[in-house]
Amino acid sequence: MEEILARAKKYVQEAEVYTTSTVETPVHFETNRLKNIQSKQSTSVALRVIKNGRIGYATSSQIENIDELIENAVATAEFGAKAEFEFSTRQRFSPVEIYDPAVSKVSLETMTKLGEQIISAVIKHSPDVLCEGSIDKMVGEITIANTRGGRAHFRKSIFGMGIEGQRVRGTDMLFIGDNTSSCHPVLDAGVIIKTIIEQLELAKNPATINSKKMPVIFTPEGVTSALVMPLMSAFNGKNVLEGASPIGKKSGEQVFDKQLTVNDDPTIPFRPGSQPCDDEGVPCQKHSFIEEGVVTGFLYDLQTAAKAKTKSTGNGNRGGGSMPSPSWHAFVLESGQTSFVEMVRDIKEGLVVEQLMGAGQGNFLGGDFSGNVLLGYKIENGQIVGRVKDTMVSGNIYQLLKNITAIGSDSKWVGGSLSTPSLCFHDVSVSSR
Amino acid sequence: MFDLNVIAQELAAYIKKQNADYLEAHLEESQTSNLSYRGKNLEQVGKSNSAGGNVRAMVKGGWGFVSFNRFDHLKEKVGQAIEQARFVGKETSQLAEIPTIVDAVIPKIKEDPTAIPLSEKKRLLDEYNETIWETKGIQTSNVGYGDSHKKSVFINSQGSFISQERADSVMRAIAIAAKDGDVQQSGISVGSRDDYSPMRKFHGEIKQLARKSVEMLSAPTIKGGPYTVVLDPILSGVFVHEAFGHLSESDFVYENQQLRELMTLGKTFGRPILNIVDSAAIPGLRGSFKYDDEGTLSVKNYLIKDGKLVGRLHSRETAAKMGEKPSGNARAINYRFAPIVRMTNTYIEPRDIKFEEMIADIKEGVYCKNWYGGTTSMEMFTFSSGETYMIRNGKIAEMVRPVMLSGNVFTTLMSIDAIGNDLDMNQGGGCGKGGQSPLPVSNGSPHIRIQNCLVGGK
Repeated sequence: MEEILARAKKYVQEAEVYTTSTVETPVHFETNRLKNIQSKQSTSVALRVIKNGRIGYATSSQIENIDELIENAVATAEFGAKAEFEFSTRQRFSPVEIYDPAVSKVSLETMTKLGEQIISAVIKHSPDVLCEGSIDKMVGEITIANTRGGRAHFRKSIFGMGIEGQRVRGTDMLFIGDNTSSCHPVLDAGVIIKTIIEQLELAKNPATINSKKMPVIFTPEGVTSALVMPLMSAFNGKNVLEGASPIGKKSGEQVFDKQLTVNDDPTIPFRPGSQPCDDEGVPCQKHSFIEEGVVTGFLYDLQTAAKAKTKSTGNGNRGGGSMPSPSWHAFVLESGQTSFVEMVRDIKEGLVVEQLMGAGQGNFLGGDFSGNVLLGYKIENGQIVGRVKDTMVSGNIYQLLKNITAIGSDSKWVGGSLSTPSLCFHDVSVSSR
Repeated sequence: MFDLNVIAQELAAYIKKQNADYLEAHLEESQTSNLSYRGKNLEQVGKSNSAGGNVRAMVKGGWGFVSFNRFDHLKEKVGQAIEQARFVGKETSQLAEIPTIVDAVIPKIKEDPTAIPLSEKKRLLDEYNETIWETKGIQTSNVGYGDSHKKSVFINSQGSFISQERADSVMRAIAIAAKDGDVQQSGISVGSRDDYSPMRKFHGEIKQLARKSVEMLSAPTIKGGPYTVVLDPILSGVFVHEAFGHLSESDFVYENQQLRELMTLGKTFGRPILNIVDSAAIPGLRGSFKYDDEGTLSVKNYLIKDGKLVGRLHSRETAAKMGEKPSGNARAINYRFAPIVRMTNTYIEPRDIKFEEMIADIKEGVYCKNWYGGTTSMEMFTFSSGETYMIRNGKIAEMVRPVMLSGNVFTTLMSIDAIGNDLDMNQGGGCGKGGQSPLPVSNGSPHIRIQNCLVGGK
């Protein structure tokens, strides 16, 4: 790394090297049995340079291929965006615990057993369900160094398990499933088994639903699949800077319901979304972005913050080999007081949405969502009576989140780096055949 | 630094001698470049090089897979893959027979995108971005271009040794209009295989989409419910990909007795006018190739003919287990992934109805153009239009906001009652499955009419 910096320095004013090295081992199940085991070993190096005030960028999977890397970065700097920021000089960070050496030591036998445990419990309950999924362990190492003295290095371990079940009867298909992850080994499959069996129970009977506006409860998975994506992008400093975020000019204003508080919290120990610094070496901190319904800030990386004349919030993350860009580490929607059972009890006729399919396809910048209920249940007189199908739910998140009927006390991590409770709204558009 | 062919030759000799039912390896190197604009400013220019490979082993029906981007200690990696496969395998290995092939496929690259200087690509994107900004009411824009040139070598323990090469270009342009806190967007996504030149021809379309995004701000939202819907070639291409294509991927079907019954060959899925094809063998499209990632020669596959199910997409394993012919559809997005059953170029074959005839007898309907996205759960699908109009008394009427269409795959396929004469392929698509995205594919169709299709709305 130091060598890359030293050599790059001959051609450019500033340089930053970012390297990753990961080993991932997924144990994969198909049709209720172990199907394959993989081992994925991967390294990458990214070089970001500033030459004559412009940014150049190159990546390679071959860390020893320094000449070509520098050559490519220098070549792109000729056309690159104007650098409005300076690299971070930080070398020390408050520790955030995200590495457990026990993860890489979990044996293939143990991982296989976990998967088999879940599957056998599911098919014991419903013999005609076919399960697919994986138990996965991953260890990664990240280093960052730049010519202004900034240095960062951390290791992260992630253990995840996710199983999906499918039941086909004629042309009727039911999809159920759950997943969990942690920086510790997850050696207890109990929660996943319980969730899947609950879903199977609730979906037992078919139910029909009328097309009209009605109360709708989104479970944590439902909130994630229907409402969160537009919200995440609205807080992205880039969208704010361009005027493409509907809330960009509303900092300090009451935009959402008073009950709503949302944080980005990368400091929670042993959560896969946590880390001591972002991918450009800026310290990570817990930030609140919605506090009791008031917009309190936006997500920034170094370059976007400089353009917006503010400071990086430590949200400069790299995805898929790209340059750092503002994104969430761990989206945490704070839980409320109402239990799920209480929410259901108060509804005469309504819908529970567990999975909404395709909601992110609409005009999500504007907050519109519309999707097909992949897994959802009808509520009649305070009771879940069965599963609905061929039903669409649509609305606008800004309208909905202005007036939340109840926030659940049932917060749950969905997909590793997002935590939310169930949310209930009294008036959501539902259309069905 | 390294020569893939040399490494592959050494490895080819080694994998023939190992104690496994089947072994294969992929070695790959690629160069990519990308440019993107957000708003008026160039946001990112980057170049990347990647090289790596994988070894996949099969023992008693179980698979092991090791991917890497260091080419040292390859014998150990072969050993690890075999060990994993042996840990899994408790049945019998079944792979459909294919001929052993030794071939070096040299692509006919008309204009290699990686040979075009960055400065020229930037100039083109500048023009496109300026075109968007010329339109009044634009809030921001999003324009991006990327290309890749990839060489790959495939070897297996049966003695196949295949090298292939391809160059891909993709471009997307999105215009975002805003007014009083309301935001609307319109975009295109285009692509080209082995030829940069088509990228230069989108000035007109980009001008249009900028206008459309502004126009949408004042368009009303449609009332949700079932409508007679007409789809343009781009959107019906997405429809055929999402609604039927994924269902014909036999890795969903081959070990699932219920799905096998549902997907029995000969079963009626549509009216006799409906023919659906998947073919990697058509040259020059983004889903085209000579051999798939298991070394199977690509062919034209009819999935539906005269409304009846006649074929499906296979890997060697799914073909063997279903007693059908391998179709050449095992694909991986890169060396980090094992090949799985994927689509290539999927389309509805054209019939003879003109667009005007198709809408002539629609009293109130919806005309959907362009695509925004789509997904499927096999039984249910959703996809969204980029641009939508009402059809009133046989004529295209006012613009409405883009809509999401959703429904049951089986009833919707039966509800296609008119197929146009104007087949067009959309080259901008990227497909995602099993964590592998985006895989280059193309979809296409003529205009089609669907009766009683559920449209989301207020």
